[in-house]
Order: sequence, then C-alpha cells, then structure tokens
Amino acid sequence: MITILLFARMEEEVGSSKIEANVSGKTIADLKSWMQATYSLEKELTQCMTAINEEFATDADVIKENDVVAFIPPVSGG
Amino acid sequence: MIQLTNDPIDIQAVVNQVTDRNCGAIATFIGTVRELTNGKKTIRLEYHAYESMAIKLLKKISQEVQDNWPDTNVAITHRLGMLEISEVAIVIAISSPHREAAYQANAYAMERIKEMVPIWKKEHWDDGSKWIGDQLERVAYKEGKPQ
Repeated sequence: MITILLFARMEEEVGSSKIEANVSGKTIADLKSWMQATYSLEKELTQCMTAINEEFATDADVIKENDVVAFIPPVSGG
Repeated sequence: MIQLTNDPIDIQAVVNQVTDRNCGAIATFIGTVRELTNGKKTIRLEYHAYESMAIKLLKKISQEVQDNWPDTNVAITHRLGMLEISEVAIVIAISSPHREAAYQANAYAMERIKEMVPIWKKEHWDDGSKWIGDQLERVAYKEGKPQ
C-alpha cells in the first residue's frame, strides 16, 4: 500500500486529506490516471506538482511500497 | 531559522535571529493580508501547509540564499491558520555585510517560496470562498515539478 496526501481544493473535492491505494510499482502518471478515474480530478491533476516522500517527482517516477505521494496544487504562500 | 506557526508573528524576534555583528544590513520582507484583489473583497485568509515538506523546502531556499550570497543569515517565519486583514502572513529577514546582497537575497527568497513551498491560502471572499492557485495563475507545472 502507499499513502496519498491531498491538499487545498483537491482535499475538499475528494473529501479526505489522506487515502491509501495499492499502486506500488506503478508510475506517477499511472497514479494520476487512477486518481482521475476514481475521483474525477482532471483539471487539478494537470496543474499539480507531485512529491514522493517529500521530494518533488516527475510523471515517470515509479512508486514503491510504503511511499508517501503528495499531490501539490499550485502553491500560494507568502 | 525556519518556522511555521499558528500564532501571530513577532517581527522583531525574526529580525533578532539574523542580527550579526559582521553584518551592516538587515532586509526584512513582511507579507500581510490584503483586503482588495482586483476589486474583490477578502474577509479573511486561511493558510494551510504540507508542513514537513514546507520546512524542508524553506531550509533548501535558505541554503540557496547562502550559496548565492555568502556571509548572509536567513530567517523565515510563515503563519498558518486563519488570518484577518492586515495581519502578518510571512516575515523574511536576511542580514549581510552590505545592503545590496540583503535586498537581492530577500527578493529571491520570496520568489522561490511562491514557486515551490507547499503552502496554500484559501480566500474567504464576501461572495464565497476559494483556494487560490499561484497568484498570477500562469504556472501549469508541465514537468510535474517546479523549475
């Protein structure tokens, strides 16, 4: 299992800040497709950054068992 | 020093963190909650963060500043939670031997924060609430991560 963290608008759309999924061995791009199919988040997913274990990741990066993947919508600190 | 806090920011305390007898300049940036944005009235702002990663990236930015402008000291405190109009959301204090580096480094740090630190503000407008993306709405993260 992996843990997926959601923030801001994505957290509200899904209704949860943390979900678990059985997607280890797949890529971030695969995970995005799964999220899109499961939660209808198309626009949000194309705009967000992704992090694996608090390091920015790309669509090609592969997710391992027990990883924490965070979807990071456009940030607006400051 | 890097800090996220739910309490009001003590600006002087942030400045004190970078006071250095070999520095003749301290540049401070104070970000506050603005009421009007393009004619829309904000009632209050709510800041949320992916805290552990935000701290990590603020430390990285702090290191970038010190790599680019040697002999600087950096302190950044960002407020989280609900803020009223004119309250302080962020304080960046940077000291350096001479003023030019402090000015430049401070502007650099703020730009980097706006690019990549996972902190979000939710605007509570008088006509409803909305999460703000990047404020210029021009970032699409085509590569899936910041530059």
